[in-house]
Amino acid sequence: MIRRILVANRGEIAVRIIETCAKLGIETVLAASAADMRAVPARRADRVVCIGPAAPAQSYLNASAIVAAAVEAKCDAIHPGYGFLSESIVLAAKAREAGVIFIGPTQAQLAGVGDKLRARELAVAAGLPVVPGGAARTVEEAEEIVARIGCPILIKAVGGGGGRGMKLLLDPKDARATIALAAAEAEAAFADGRVYLERFVAQGRHVEVQLLGDGENVIHLGDRDCSIQRRYQKLVEEAPAPGLDGGLRARLHEAAVAFGRALAYRGLGTVEFLVDAARGEFYFLEMNARIQVEHPVTEAITGLDLVAEQIAVAEGHKMRLAQDDVSFRGHAIEFRINAEDASRDFLPSPGTVTRAAFPAGEGVRVDTHVEAGSAIPPFYDSLVAKIIVHGADRAEAMARAARALADCRIEGIATTLDLHRALLADAEFRRGGVDTAYFPRFWRA
Amino acid sequence: MNLTREDVQEIVGLLDQSAFDELRLETDKLKLVLRRSGAGGWTQESETRAAEPVVLTQAAAKDAAPDVALAPGTIAIRPPLMGTFYRAPKPGAAPFVEVGSAVEPDTAIGIVETMKLMNSVSAGARGIIEAIPAQNGEFVERDRVLMILRLTP
Repeated sequence: MIRRILVANRGEIAVRIIETCAKLGIETVLAASAADMRAVPARRADRVVCIGPAAPAQSYLNASAIVAAAVEAKCDAIHPGYGFLSESIVLAAKAREAGVIFIGPTQAQLAGVGDKLRARELAVAAGLPVVPGGAARTVEEAEEIVARIGCPILIKAVGGGGGRGMKLLLDPKDARATIALAAAEAEAAFADGRVYLERFVAQGRHVEVQLLGDGENVIHLGDRDCSIQRRYQKLVEEAPAPGLDGGLRARLHEAAVAFGRALAYRGLGTVEFLVDAARGEFYFLEMNARIQVEHPVTEAITGLDLVAEQIAVAEGHKMRLAQDDVSFRGHAIEFRINAEDASRDFLPSPGTVTRAAFPAGEGVRVDTHVEAGSAIPPFYDSLVAKIIVHGADRAEAMARAARALADCRIEGIATTLDLHRALLADAEFRRGGVDTAYFPRFWRA
Repeated sequence: MNLTREDVQEIVGLLDQSAFDELRLETDKLKLVLRRSGAGGWTQESETRAAEPVVLTQAAAKDAAPDVALAPGTIAIRPPLMGTFYRAPKPGAAPFVEVGSAVEPDTAIGIVETMKLMNSVSAGARGIIEAIPAQNGEFVERDRVLMILRLTP
């Protein structure tokens, strides 16, 4: 039985986890860096442990310090949130050795989905469609793949992430030089020169399916559309994905559950797909083995508390839900408010918030760690608040969003609030179902 | 006591039916102001209170960066925004510049990482790098002298 949880994260997700723990009667100990000792999460937790200086490498990314803090504070479990060490095999292993529950999947599952090539192989084995392509150990192998699938091709580092080591190949005659360059960059950045090649799909929607498993049974909690992105960073998410043909939606759900079952997945996980809605086709991209930033839109339409479900399966309980217990109601949209100046090429804007007035009322939820006086330190990501709206349908959700965004005031730092207000007024966004090419086009216009 | 999201939702629901435009609520843990907005919705402003946090371990305090004196004919290169200063494009790579390097105004001399974004720092003037007071990996404020540049014609 979990009585006390070490929350090994910061920002809004730390507050979010603490809130559910308080409802469940679970004590919380926050593992905070020196920069966050006076922040809102530290004031909301029952206790606070300083795990190191502000630099993430010495605090939030320090698995030994986190496990030591959990042991010292006599915690039964560690909740890693998202980002930082949330998908770290090292943290999961160290926690296990110390007799502390890691709230997340098993080490084998983390290893399986953490390596892109292995995840792709697992997906193929589970019968999921993947983007045409393959791994190459030599330039000759890579050239053979180029000849087989044709350009444009995206060359990715096997050990990479976040866009690093990625190269776009438009012309087969550049194949040799581009592949050699990608492999060299991958070797330098990740000490792993392996690359794989994938057909570049320019017109696609990013749709993901939320899974919950207990190690035997796996169910889905519906889908989310995350196509509104800037440089692979999501800005707006919706549930359900707007305008998907019912048959295609059902096939996405089935594919995600098949993948989760093949892994005998335990915990919360998200299977990401690239969807070609016009052709009714989709491809497996990757699986995220953690709670996601955008989980509140799923909570809004299912009425579930995903953190509570996550804790329950981590305790070793069978899932409390069967697929038929999950029903979907209405439409939800999340807007990520970042401390960035969109008018100056999204320049980060750390500083001190002088005023924070957030929208409240029916169908409006705000997840934040910010109030008047809060510091936005330069060491961490720029997420300040998530505004989540829910309505009986997408039109009602958008009407609530318009009012919520109009009412929101954050002063003292630059934020992306105005960007979201402009987005909400755009006809193409209002129609729904845009692909990943939409946002860069909207922002340039 | 702390209020949950659902508690606040319920209070707003009650207020909505009332003639009031503002509610101020104070507990030992929280100060909350709810206001009716122009558009007919509600806004909330909160202040989370807590006693001094219960600190179980404490990291060592960071040493303050020493002041740097500038000789005539030299200028200081400072970061464009606060963040973590790196002298090389990636771990293990050679630094952008060393003491004695000749630079042009647009020569990159380092990187400042702010909120996970890498921002290049350029020399800003033509000259020779005379000293590098900032350490690789150091957290730097806007006024920190990263390098001292001896101006050349």
